[in-house]
Amino acid sequence: MTTASISARSRGNRRSGPALGLAAWLCGLLFFLPFAWMVLTSLHSEQNAATNPPSLGAPLTLQGYREFFGAGTGVSPWPPLINSLTASVASTLLVLALAIPAAYALSIKPVRKWTDVMFFFLSTKMLPVVAGLLPIYLIAQNAGMLDDIWLLVILYTSMNLPIAVWMMRSFLAEVPKEILEAASLDGAGLLTTLTRIVAPVAAPGIAATALISFIFSWNELLFARVLTGVVAGTAPVFLTGLVTSQGLFLAKVCAAAVCISIPVLIAGFAAQDKLVQGLSLGAVK
Amino acid sequence: MSTPLITTRSSPGVLRRASASGTPGAPPARGAWARRAPLLPALIFMIVVTQLPFVGTLVISFMRWNALDPADRGFGGLSNYRNAITDPSLRSAILTTVLLTATVVLVSLLLGLGLALLLDRRFFGRGVVRTMLITPFLVVPVASALLWKHAIYNATYGLLNGGLTWLWSIFGSSHAPQPDWLSNVPLISVEASLVWQWTPFMMLILLAGLQSRPSDVVEAARVDGASTWQVFRYLTFPHLRRYLELAALLGSIYVVQNFDAVFTITSGGLGTANLPYAVYQTFYEGHDYGQASAEGVIVVLCSIAIATLALRTVSSLFREESL
Repeated sequence: MTTASISARSRGNRRSGPALGLAAWLCGLLFFLPFAWMVLTSLHSEQNAATNPPSLGAPLTLQGYREFFGAGTGVSPWPPLINSLTASVASTLLVLALAIPAAYALSIKPVRKWTDVMFFFLSTKMLPVVAGLLPIYLIAQNAGMLDDIWLLVILYTSMNLPIAVWMMRSFLAEVPKEILEAASLDGAGLLTTLTRIVAPVAAPGIAATALISFIFSWNELLFARVLTGVVAGTAPVFLTGLVTSQGLFLAKVCAAAVCISIPVLIAGFAAQDKLVQGLSLGAVK
Repeated sequence: MSTPLITTRSSPGVLRRASASGTPGAPPARGAWARRAPLLPALIFMIVVTQLPFVGTLVISFMRWNALDPADRGFGGLSNYRNAITDPSLRSAILTTVLLTATVVLVSLLLGLGLALLLDRRFFGRGVVRTMLITPFLVVPVASALLWKHAIYNATYGLLNGGLTWLWSIFGSSHAPQPDWLSNVPLISVEASLVWQWTPFMMLILLAGLQSRPSDVVEAARVDGASTWQVFRYLTFPHLRRYLELAALLGSIYVVQNFDAVFTITSGGLGTANLPYAVYQTFYEGHDYGQASAEGVIVVLCSIAIATLALRTVSSLFREESL
C-alpha cells in the first residue's frame, strides 16, 4: 500500500479555487443528466413520460418496470436475461481458465519471444468483428449451432481473451521475482507457489479481469443479433425489440434500459480502481 | 532466462519453433515445452476462433455466392472487390466511418482532457463527480442508444425539444423551435451519443496519466515562477502526450467497430451507415455472401492502418514498463 500513501501526499493535492470546483460539478451533472433522465422517465407513467415540456414533478410509478417484466403483454424478459447471464458468466469463466495459465507463461516463467505472443493476442482484438462474421455464421449453420447460447459463449471468449491475457500479464508481472526465487530455493512446488504466492497478489487483478470480461459480454449486440433468434436471444437483442411503432413505450423502454444496465453498473463500480488498467490493457497503472 | 534454449532465429512462430527444437525427451526441449504448455490452450483457441474464420472470409470474397441464388455459386475472381469499390454506398460508408471515428475520438479526447484536468485538483465532492462522470460508460451501449434516440432526440417529446419549449416559455413565448434532430443532423446525433459514452474512458486514461506525473518537477517549476499555462505547456502536456495517443488509439479501435449506435439510432439511414453496418447489411439483408466478404476484407485492410499505429504506441509504453 505504499503507492497509495505516496499518491495521497503528492498527487492531485492542489486545492482548486471555487470556480474550478463549481465547473467540475457542472460538468459532472451535465454528463449525469441523460442517465438521471432515463431513471426519472422509467418511473413515470407512459402519458407523463411523453410530454413536452417534460413533466418533472409527475407522480412516480413502477408501471414501466411492471410492463418490462411482462405485465400486460405477457412477454417475460427472463429468458433473454438468463441467456445474457449464461453467456457472460460462462465465457468469463472460460476466459479466466485460458488467460491465467497463458499470462503465467508470459510473465512469471516467460516463453521465448513472449512479446510477440502478446502482440499476436492484441492484433486479434484489432481484427474487426464483421470480418469473421460470415464464416462463423456458415459454420454455425452447418453445425446446427445457430440460435445456441454456447456459440455466443465461444465467441465472447475469443472477444475477451486478448484483453484478459494483457490484463492478467500486467497483474502477474507485479509478483516480485525475488519472492518466487526464494520460494523455489525453499523447495516450494508449483502448486504451493501458485496458491501461496501468486494468487494473493493476483486476486484483485483476477477479479477486475473477470468484471471487465463480464461487462463486454453482457453489452455485445452484433453477434447476438446475427447468430441468435427466439431461443438464445440476449438482453440487448430483447431491448431493441421493445420499441414498437404504435403506442407509447418510453417509460417501459427506459425501465428496461435501467434494469439491463444494472449488472454492468454494479460490475463497473466494483472494478472502478482497476478499470483504467484493464481498459488500457495494462499500459496505464 | 537461465534455461538453455536451442536458438532457431529464422522460424517466426512459437509453435513451429517448438517442434523444431530437437527430439522430444531432450532436457532443453522438455523445459521449453513445460514453459509453453500453459500458453497453448489460449493460443490455439484464438487461432481457431479468430484467424480461421478470416481465412474463410478471404476465400469467400473471391467467390460468386448469393444465398438467394444458390445455383450460381463459383469462382468470381476480383468481381466482388470491383463491385465493392465501385459501389457508392460502400464509399460513403468508408467516409462515414472515418468522419464518425475521427469526430467521436477527437471531441471525447478534448472533453476528457478538460475533465481530467478539473478532476486532478482537490475540491468538495470530487469522488461524487468522478462517479457521475463514469456512469455514461457503464450504461449498456444499446440502452444508451435507445435512450438518446427516443428520450432525448425525439422531435415531439424528447428532452432536447422539451427543454427548448421550457426555456422559451420562461420568456413568455409559445413558439419554441422544435427541430427534428435525427432528420436534420443524423450523423451529429449519433456522434453526440457516442461522445457521451466515450468521454469517461478518455478521462480515466488521461487522469491516470496526470496522476503519474512527477510532482516534484512541477513544484520546482512553480517555485521558479512558471505560470499555470507554462507548467501545462512544457511539463504536463509532454508527459501526457503518450497517454493522449494511447487513449486516442484505443478509442479508435472501439469506435471504428461501432455497430450498436448506428444500428439503433438511425438504422444506418441518412448517410450514417458505417463500414460494420454496411457489411452487416450486405450479409444480413442482401444475403450476398461474396460481396459481404469482400467488404469485410476491405474493413480489415483499413483497420490494419490504425492497428499498426496503435501497436506501435502500446509497444512503446510496454517497453518502458518492462525495463
